[in-house]
Amino acid sequence: MSELTLRAVIARNARRQRLIGLLAAGLVALLALSILLGRYPAPGLMPWSRLQEDELAARLVLNLRIPRLLAALLLGMTLSAAGMVFQLLFSNPLVEPGFLAVSPGAAFGAAFAIVLLGGGALMTQASAAAFALAGLGFSYLMARRLRFGGWVLRLVLAGIAVSALFSAGVGLLKYIADPLTQLPEITFWLLGSLASITWPKLLSVLPAVVLGLGIVLLFRWRLNVLSLNEETAFSLGAAPNRERLVLIVAAVVPTAALISISGMVSWIGLIVPHITRRLFDADTRFGLPATMLIGGIFTVLCDNAARVLLAGEIPLGILTSLLGALIFLGLMTAQQFRSQP
Amino acid sequence: MTRDPQALLAFQDVTFGYSPNRPPVLERVNFSLRAGRVLAIVGPNGAGKTTLLALALGWLRPWQGDVLLAGRALRDYRRAERGRWLALVPQSEHTPFDYTALEYVLMGRAPHLPPLGIPGPADYEIAMDALARAGIAALAHRPVPQLSGGERQLMLLARAIAQQPRLMLLDEPTAHLDLHNKARLIQIMRHLRAQGMTLVMTNHEPDVVLAVADDVLLMEAGRPPVFGRLDEAFTEDTLSRVYHLPIRLVEVNGRKQVVWT
Repeated sequence: MSELTLRAVIARNARRQRLIGLLAAGLVALLALSILLGRYPAPGLMPWSRLQEDELAARLVLNLRIPRLLAALLLGMTLSAAGMVFQLLFSNPLVEPGFLAVSPGAAFGAAFAIVLLGGGALMTQASAAAFALAGLGFSYLMARRLRFGGWVLRLVLAGIAVSALFSAGVGLLKYIADPLTQLPEITFWLLGSLASITWPKLLSVLPAVVLGLGIVLLFRWRLNVLSLNEETAFSLGAAPNRERLVLIVAAVVPTAALISISGMVSWIGLIVPHITRRLFDADTRFGLPATMLIGGIFTVLCDNAARVLLAGEIPLGILTSLLGALIFLGLMTAQQFRSQP
Repeated sequence: MTRDPQALLAFQDVTFGYSPNRPPVLERVNFSLRAGRVLAIVGPNGAGKTTLLALALGWLRPWQGDVLLAGRALRDYRRAERGRWLALVPQSEHTPFDYTALEYVLMGRAPHLPPLGIPGPADYEIAMDALARAGIAALAHRPVPQLSGGERQLMLLARAIAQQPRLMLLDEPTAHLDLHNKARLIQIMRHLRAQGMTLVMTNHEPDVVLAVADDVLLMEAGRPPVFGRLDEAFTEDTLSRVYHLPIRLVEVNGRKQVVWT
């Protein structure tokens, strides 16, 4: 009996590994196709030969499409991984990476830069990133000062309160913004888009993203242990508070960096971990790498639709919310299914 | 109190409270437990049983006094090292995620892995074996949220077995169990003791204590606890005093039972 079960487990782990390999191959193929997909010279795929003949096409691909694709890929990977980390650490399948005042902080930072600091691209990015991290830091400090409940509950409460402060700030800034120039800019930023990604923008966030995702991946099995309640994690030789803090920072810093160049792109961090758990079960040893790949695929697909479907750009955040919410409703109402060992 | 060189776990004048504004929950607790024995911590609600267990785990630190593990202060142990010495079987645990019982038990291997390590085939084997020893090998692939309270309790015990500790701390291990599973748990605990494991459990059920404990720590709010061998400390007198009830010990079919009126 035990012998048999053990073999079944090893076979299942091998199957999960193969599925991850398949997802990675699918992602690479999708990226290759997406390079050729666009509205130049005509909506659809451009032939490969065109890249050699047409200098404009080559420059377009190199300077616009490739950085944008990479940004979509990293955004999807990061939001999904951060979402999974947060859902596990807070034992709550409904939290998403922005909820510790990170997204509202970024929104406030962007609006602040647009209304009061002149609204240059670099300034907006820097301000959004700074306020996103300030949101996390402020939540953390407040959580430490709260004299109520366990560590997790305190962080959640502090995050909710600080988020509300920033949201109020965004409302105020919108109210005083110039309705003809600044207000539309804030609105577009809040809808999220990768239309203005350039190599310098992408490179400016790359180190934080690579470092953060690398640390998160190293914790891929450990995350299971850290999701247990504090005393149990402690009894298993972990330093729950310290290790959780490391993971939260490793997940939030790349999130803040990417939001600062993409604007608000919601639902990815919530829905992709759910899809992953349906395919890979709860164990994050396989779940974390898988959710990064699925998040990458989902976001690249959404961004392809955002830039190709209409002659004008569709804000990415609208598409991810629409699709994410639809999938979420589908998952919630569908017959519960599990992959059998 | 003289120091027992053979003690695995020793409390020396341990005083602890949750708030400096309130009187301590435990005051000057002294006992020393030898390896290979089962200690039952008994007492009414609010006497500090679970607190004492958390102090033995190192999760709470005493205000005064020392908790010694194998003659060394518990706070001097490194985290992973402590995880290889001590395992905790909590009363209950909640997870919203569909871990299988085997994946859950596998987490008991954490202190044996290098930092950020990932369990290998040998760890899966140990986890499988632990499930079998807890009598729930058939549940290995069942999702944890679908297990009954009793099954979950046995799974938490299996995780502690997979941790291969020398001292196991159990918080009300029979609380969610029906009669059959209770008998099974007593059997497993005896089996673990036979293999040299030391066990400390809090327990409300005198029949469980009488069936498996070697030593007893009787706790009473506001008084120093009584520590001793089962037949010395677990008497009609001490029990009646601790629970404020006239309690009698009677023998039925060669087994002692607690009767109260």
